[in-house]
Amino acid sequence: MIRTILKQVKQYKKPSLLTPLFATLEVIMEVLIPYVIAAIVDKGIDGGNMQAVYRYGAIMLVMAMFSLLFGILAGKYAAAASAGFACNLRDSMYENIQRFSFSNIDKFSTAGLVTRMTTDVTNIQNAYQMVIRIAVRAPLMLICSMFMCFFIHVRMSLIFVVAIIFLGIVLISIVLTAMKIFDVVFKKYDDLNASVQENVTAIRVVKSYVREDYEKSKFTSAAENLYKLFSKAESVVVLNNPVMMITIYGCVLALSWFGSKYIVAGSMTTGELTSMFSYIMGILMSLMMLSMIFVMLTLSTASAKRIVEVLTEEPDLQNGENPIMEVADGSIDFNAVSFSYKQSSENETLKDIELHIKSGETIGIIGGTGCGKSSLVSLISRLYDVTGGSVCVGGRDVREYDMEVLRDNVAVVLQKNVLFSGTILENLRWGKEDATEEECREACMQACADEFIRQLPDGYNTYIEQGGTNVSGGQKQRLCIARALLKKPKILILDDSTSAVDTATDAKIRSAFAKSIPGTTKLIIAQRISSVQEADRILVLEDGRIDGFGTHEELLASNEIYKDIYETQVKGGGDFDEAAGGEG
Amino acid sequence: MKRVLKYVWKDYKFSCIVVVLCIVLAAFTNLKGLTFIEVLIDDYIKPMVGSENPDFGGLFLALAQLAGYFAVGVLCTYLYNRIMVNVTQGTMRNLRKALFSKMESLPIRYFDTHAHGDIMSVYTNDVDTLRQLISQSMPQTINCAVTIVSVFYGMITNNILLTGLSLVMVGIMLFTTKRLSKKSGYYFRAQQKDLGQVNGYIEEMMEGQKVVKVFCHEEKSLEEFRKINEQLRDSADNANKFANIMMPINGNISNISYVLCAVLGAVLAVNGYMGLTLGALISFLTLNRNFSQPITQISQQINSIVMAQAGARRVFELMDAEPEPDEGYVELVNAEREADGEIKEVAERTGFWAWKHPHKAEGTVTYTPLTGDVVFDDVDFGYDEKKQVLYNIKMFATPGQKIAFVGSTGAGKTTITNLINRFYDIQDGKIRYDGININKIKKADLRRSLGIVLQDTHLFTGTVMENIRYGRLEATDEECIDAAKLANADSFITRLPDGYQTLLTGDGSNLSQGQRQLLAIARAAVADPPVLILDEATSSIDTRTEKLVQEGMDRLMQGRTTFVIAHRLSTIRNADCIMVMEQGRIIEKGNHEELIAEKGKYYQLYTGKFAS
Repeated sequence: MIRTILKQVKQYKKPSLLTPLFATLEVIMEVLIPYVIAAIVDKGIDGGNMQAVYRYGAIMLVMAMFSLLFGILAGKYAAAASAGFACNLRDSMYENIQRFSFSNIDKFSTAGLVTRMTTDVTNIQNAYQMVIRIAVRAPLMLICSMFMCFFIHVRMSLIFVVAIIFLGIVLISIVLTAMKIFDVVFKKYDDLNASVQENVTAIRVVKSYVREDYEKSKFTSAAENLYKLFSKAESVVVLNNPVMMITIYGCVLALSWFGSKYIVAGSMTTGELTSMFSYIMGILMSLMMLSMIFVMLTLSTASAKRIVEVLTEEPDLQNGENPIMEVADGSIDFNAVSFSYKQSSENETLKDIELHIKSGETIGIIGGTGCGKSSLVSLISRLYDVTGGSVCVGGRDVREYDMEVLRDNVAVVLQKNVLFSGTILENLRWGKEDATEEECREACMQACADEFIRQLPDGYNTYIEQGGTNVSGGQKQRLCIARALLKKPKILILDDSTSAVDTATDAKIRSAFAKSIPGTTKLIIAQRISSVQEADRILVLEDGRIDGFGTHEELLASNEIYKDIYETQVKGGGDFDEAAGGEG
Repeated sequence: MKRVLKYVWKDYKFSCIVVVLCIVLAAFTNLKGLTFIEVLIDDYIKPMVGSENPDFGGLFLALAQLAGYFAVGVLCTYLYNRIMVNVTQGTMRNLRKALFSKMESLPIRYFDTHAHGDIMSVYTNDVDTLRQLISQSMPQTINCAVTIVSVFYGMITNNILLTGLSLVMVGIMLFTTKRLSKKSGYYFRAQQKDLGQVNGYIEEMMEGQKVVKVFCHEEKSLEEFRKINEQLRDSADNANKFANIMMPINGNISNISYVLCAVLGAVLAVNGYMGLTLGALISFLTLNRNFSQPITQISQQINSIVMAQAGARRVFELMDAEPEPDEGYVELVNAEREADGEIKEVAERTGFWAWKHPHKAEGTVTYTPLTGDVVFDDVDFGYDEKKQVLYNIKMFATPGQKIAFVGSTGAGKTTITNLINRFYDIQDGKIRYDGININKIKKADLRRSLGIVLQDTHLFTGTVMENIRYGRLEATDEECIDAAKLANADSFITRLPDGYQTLLTGDGSNLSQGQRQLLAIARAAVADPPVLILDEATSSIDTRTEKLVQEGMDRLMQGRTTFVIAHRLSTIRNADCIMVMEQGRIIEKGNHEELIAEKGKYYQLYTGKFAS
């Protein structure tokens, strides 16, 4: 996992290596400086030797300058390396997502992907910066300080060894205990946020049923719970500080006691004692940093895992070798096709589909929710691969085509369709990048969108908000149809794409299709019988199987399901959808 | 920032005092330890050096005394850290509770005009920045301030000249810190902005990823992403760079300060000026190190303080939002009809409700039975002053009647239902409920008398049973099951793995759209209100489930005044009155036959043909 992530360092290897290098140099300077301080005290001040004070003072100044230089360089490269690394991570994730097939996309939620690419990457960025700056620095500081202590006085240094072992054991056990509690805390925290989110989205229900007080008491107990757990976890963590202080103070006391003895006995100088005092700080600080790094790395493993999941997700659709670059015509053949979303699942979404559609035909598809309508059409543009049998477009298996060529020729207007922030023209040009305004207008006329667009204050240059929130459902659907039409596809698939358009406009769109793109094979999925009634043939799907395939009259005479739907809609309790009004 | 402090102070006065006291004590003992070296060298080591029979007894006593100080220091450190945990977490809890209870009191308008993500982020990101501030930045700043003051005192009593020199160096340090934090602050803000942009772009593109695929737009989308990603990299690089180099710069200025003090001190000590002893110089040098350290620490806090400021602003923005006003005084009470026809208020639930209408002027109270008679009298409305949405709406519904609204999206159908339960207040005209102006009715009581089934169903985390009971908290299990049966939901619920005890999560995402709608109907059925507002679902559910939903709704509507935003012919056909709406006006009204005969807009919509 770590290797997968580290691969993304790429062009930032140089700063990633320079950072620890400069950090090392900085540490060496920092470790040497107390030694020079000792020299100033012992050789200079103690003996009243001003010459020595000047000399060592100058040495220390130079070292401080170098330390400053190295420190700045280390900080600068660390920032460059970690920011660049994060940038690469985002880039690679985004790039891989672009290669995802539909079934890959289904695995991740939008919110999940957004967190992975922002919060998780930021966590990794911070952890990485910390590691390259401090992970080298802290142990190095520890070793160098220890070395210097031993160099000054071996027996006194044993005090540090005891202190380090004590502190190490205590810190690690504190961290481990706290982590366990924190695991629970974070789960509770998620629950609390979920409850807030629920209240924000369902505020109308809460207010309608006058349940404000009820919700408040629910939230209060959740917040109270979180408070208890969090306090428990943190009260373990705060032991860090006093333990640290006990160790430092213990060292100070021991150093003073033994130091005095050694000095009196003549085996140590006062200057050496002072520099020993500054090394204590260095050693203990680096231990503290190590425990912090430990916590940080443990916390970021969760993020790393989530990032790697995206990076290693293998797109399961690949272009074949020597792909075909041209689609001959708009004929579609399903040869004994079976399909399920999960490879292992026994639950087949589509079973034994045998279907042959001629180029230029208009086919209506009807059936209940979950009967496999959308799955069926998504196989045509190879959004998913079949599990058995084959789907052919223009007489060739879809898997033989270059995917881009196939999808340019098979235009799908998805059920859950989206407009992007940008002007109407920009959105339309998704269909054809270099489409002229004239072409766009023509497509909009076919989709009955031209009329309402002209009424907008900025016409075709009207800015569409993210998710198309500033146009109505029906308008959005018509824009999506126009966008697909611009591709001039050989096959056009409308997956329940006129559900929010009123019956009259729906009919107008269909008649425009018949007139302007007669050669295009049209597949229309609908809930409304009126939308498919006039199709050349109508396919009735039930439970993943073809239940009937024929003209309206034939089906009405022979097909039970079709008859049933027809009766409920037209006779009994038909559908009176979002009527036209001002927008038609 | 001040308000955050006030907030902490309000609930934790005693704790705060103890914390500050402990910090001062701890800093003081810390200082004792630092100056001890001077005493150690001058008073104990020096005299003993060269003596034949060194007596360590005095040193031992001094060390024991010092150990006592240290013990107090450790204790104080632990105490203030431990208390701060309670203060921080307690304040967080109080803040969250206050935020939530404030949020529940806000009008619907607030939720309609603020992005849900933004409201959520107040609870998570913004409250979190305050946690950092309270638990770390505040005690650390106090600690540093105390240390600075006490170290400064130690220095000044030691040697004034050297203290002056140290101060000059600290001045330089402060100056560079200020310059650097200004720069890094600028880039941190830029980074936050760029991060928001990347966030928004990813969100939009991921939401539409299937469309991107269908249109083979991968390359372009990647190209666009790379541009903003690079921008983010740049600002993150700069922000971190300036934050990173702050530490080495300050650390080494302190080194230089040390050297200068050592040299100057040595000159003084060697020549015997100002009575500076060797021990005093050494301990001054230690003080010097400890003087610059807290300043470096405070400078590290600056970024988190800046971020907390922004967080606090958003938290208090929500806290300060205007709550939903309620000046109603007419209440809904359980009642009984006496033998003589008088209505009497009773405590228990009778199934018979009455409006309790106190008249201030005369000091009397009258009771009006709740029947569900709703009148709109010339109502005008707009979501904001400039844009009127509804014009001169006039209509009436007598108890038990069914009123249907039809018309295109944006014609104002949903808006009308928002006015009856006073999610929004009308601008002009009057709405009367059982003859009472709804402005006089307490909002909670008004809403209790109305049942609503919305088009997008929202369910809560909890069992199916709990979700149904949401309609009336004191309903028994039997009553809930009866309601489910009425709503046609019982058959699918009993087929769920745990039946009525099945746990629903994430807004009922484990149920289909149709099933969720059936539950919403059951929920309204349990509440058993005299007036219903229904928003029929559009075509997203299949024909069979739709039939179930429709039957459920029809049964629920029986005997109640119902306002329904209609999409189905069956609903419209048997409605007592159909309102055809267009651009905020009722353009036609009447029953199905009348409207068909009229051959107007309704006829055109219904037949899908244009009248000749």
